[in-house]
Amino acid sequence: MLIAAAVSSNVINGLYIVAFALFIFGLSGLTGPRTAVRGNKIAAVGMAIAFIATLLQPGIFHGSSTPWLIALGLVLGTAIGIPAALRVRMTAMPQMVAIFNGVGGGAVWLIAWVEYRHRFGGHYALKPEIASLIAAVIGSISFWGSNIAFGKLQELLPGRPIKLPFQSVINLGLLLVCLGSLIALASGVHSQALFIGGILAAAAILGNMVVLPIGGADMPVVISLLNAFTGLSAAITGIALNNTALIVAGMIVGASGTILTNLMAKAMNRSVPAIVAGGFGGATVTPTGREGAAAGTVRSTTPQDVAIQLAYANQVVIAPGYGMAVAQAQHAVRELERALEKKGVTVKFAIHPVAGRMPGHMNVLLAEADVPYDLLKEMDEINPEFPRTDVTLVIGANDVTNPAAKNEPGSPIYGMPILEVDRSGAVIVLKRSMASGFAGIDNPLFYQEKTSMLFGDAKQSVSEVTAELEAL
Amino acid sequence: MNTVTEIAILVLAGFVGFQVISKIPNTLHTPLMSGTNAIHGIVLMGALIVLAQTSGVLEKALIVIAITFGTINIIGGFFVTDRMLGMFKRKEPPKTDEDEGQT
Repeated sequence: MLIAAAVSSNVINGLYIVAFALFIFGLSGLTGPRTAVRGNKIAAVGMAIAFIATLLQPGIFHGSSTPWLIALGLVLGTAIGIPAALRVRMTAMPQMVAIFNGVGGGAVWLIAWVEYRHRFGGHYALKPEIASLIAAVIGSISFWGSNIAFGKLQELLPGRPIKLPFQSVINLGLLLVCLGSLIALASGVHSQALFIGGILAAAAILGNMVVLPIGGADMPVVISLLNAFTGLSAAITGIALNNTALIVAGMIVGASGTILTNLMAKAMNRSVPAIVAGGFGGATVTPTGREGAAAGTVRSTTPQDVAIQLAYANQVVIAPGYGMAVAQAQHAVRELERALEKKGVTVKFAIHPVAGRMPGHMNVLLAEADVPYDLLKEMDEINPEFPRTDVTLVIGANDVTNPAAKNEPGSPIYGMPILEVDRSGAVIVLKRSMASGFAGIDNPLFYQEKTSMLFGDAKQSVSEVTAELEAL
Repeated sequence: MNTVTEIAILVLAGFVGFQVISKIPNTLHTPLMSGTNAIHGIVLMGALIVLAQTSGVLEKALIVIAITFGTINIIGGFFVTDRMLGMFKRKEPPKTDEDEGQT
């Protein structure tokens, strides 16, 4: 019996190692679009192997109802997961990723809670107990924070920052409650109520409090951060349960989320703590006062004029933003790009790292619309091209093109790297109205002499321009 | 396994993750995120391990929810990533003029 168990545990660990190797190999496939599909499948095979290995563990089916409960969970998860994955629109990917982050965090705190109940009053070794408590805190923050992020992105909640007075003091207090409860429980206080109130509930409120004050423009950072949290909480659950599969896979996700969080924060020239402490557009909305006086005149244009301007250009750069996603305009943009290429105009796309609501949001939308990915240029690559560009078409982007970030030290976004569209020959901004962006900051670009505005729904405007272009 | 070994695994996995993921281009960051959503579905394994030790309806119900969550992550995550990556892949070979739906 003992030998059988030992052999079995070696087999299980061996299979886990195969699974990690496949995760890492699969993820390294994501370094290029060519190998990415295969990479994802390889990672999925790794997951299947980890699943089989776990089922091989002795005693996993202990109890008469256990196999049925496992089956029930698997069936429910599949029944929810597959339709969600197949139906979600590419424009809704940020919400999808947010809710998937939340679901992972949810599983973590549920496991931690059951572990605590199960060991309650009994002998709970210190290491798994502490690990489990930390996992519960992080998992609960991630679960509730992600749900709020989902609510904001799905527009169930207002996207603008919602803030309480003394927000940071309250947050700090909640964090201290979590830490205090954690220490109390670890040092031998056996209290179910303290676990639920001091760990799960306090972390839940903290998760809400951290994400509610964050504005839409900061979403790419927050989603990445929650991704890191969920991964980390899974890794710590692995320590609590002595399970290497959870440690390795969770930590890889934690690393990924951390890298993305830093990239996004850098692309906004903001520190992660500053973003977590509260969004843009708070108290100081007097930044462009001086500029505003000089501003005033905005030149409005027509689809016909835009078509003529574009037709006689050598190079056109399209800078998309969240507005393109909202208007579902990606297919119309692709049509425009084709029409321009037929006229011999070179078209490139300028992709700001934080355009949209999550890392890589614009790339996915344009890929969906079949825009060849070699036309998509990252910020550092496209910025030197603007002086050589005749017309830049800004579609639903605002803050990422705002020259105030470069030349107005008083602006809240001063120092944020931007797409330098104002260096191109002419700029056409497609916009619904003159309302300012999510950041609530006025954009001097709109008042420049070389800029003209095409007001209206982005999808409709782009289609009209394409029609005019084809009629020329 | 002792704590030191586990922390060592944790740290090393972190380094490997950093190395691999820092090479992934911006273009694929959304699929990366949904792919990592699938990978943190590994919590399913944790839920499976804990289930056998549970007693009572509440504990079992909580773990069934956790299993459901983990499965949503894995199945949903890999499927949606596959769907997205298919969109990136599709347009390599056909650079010809086969304008679908635009005649």
